[in-house]
Amino acid sequence: MSAHRQYELVYLLPAESSDQEVADLQAQVEGIVSRFKGTIDKTENWGRRRLAYEIGPHKEAVYVLHAITGPGELVKELDRRLKVSDAVVRHLVVRVDEENEVLERRRAERKAHIAQRRVARGLPPEPEEPAAPRADDQHEQAEV
Amino acid sequence: MSDSMDQRSGGPGKGGRGAKRDDKGQGGRRGGFRRRRVCKFCVEHIDHISYKDVRLLAGFVPERGKIQPRRISGTCATHQRKLQTAIKRARQLALIPYLTD
Repeated sequence: MSAHRQYELVYLLPAESSDQEVADLQAQVEGIVSRFKGTIDKTENWGRRRLAYEIGPHKEAVYVLHAITGPGELVKELDRRLKVSDAVVRHLVVRVDEENEVLERRRAERKAHIAQRRVARGLPPEPEEPAAPRADDQHEQAEV
Repeated sequence: MSDSMDQRSGGPGKGGRGAKRDDKGQGGRRGGFRRRRVCKFCVEHIDHISYKDVRLLAGFVPERGKIQPRRISGTCATHQRKLQTAIKRARQLALIPYLTD
């Protein structure tokens, strides 16, 4: 049994495709994922967006993002299927678990550092009121 | 330390050194002032540069569509590398243009 890793999958559908078609493809993806005993952790539909450049006849596309946990074979199969599929304009799979780990560690470090400094100044480790949102949080919101 | 240097600057043979240091402080500029460049990601503590964050990436992709070099943007080497992969991924998904004429 190979190790399960975290991936992000984004794919683009033609802007003309109906909600039904989008749902169909999502169901297909879910099917493949469950067949390989993976899980879909998150699904985001970014809706219709203008493309930065034309891809064939398309100037707009519907973007869908899935966060997936599963084995490498799953990704291989997903990649193959999406490549073949006519309903998909373009897709991208990115492995994210290593980045997420680093990110977690950085955040923990920073938090510990802040707490340490607060203690050194004779304050309680946690601020009483929630401080202004950090640059990171804003960054996350801006992503959507 | 610098105080003692200044006091001595009038002394024989040491004056030249003090003057040189002052020049360096102005950043060795050639033709016009140069602003001190700092890495945006270090300053704002942006740990992760995501290909999904188009608004952030767009700031590093000038009109032409090329990735802004480090010497212009002042980004540190680590973050420039991260930025580079993020921009390239975003390009694949047509979030950012490869080039614009």
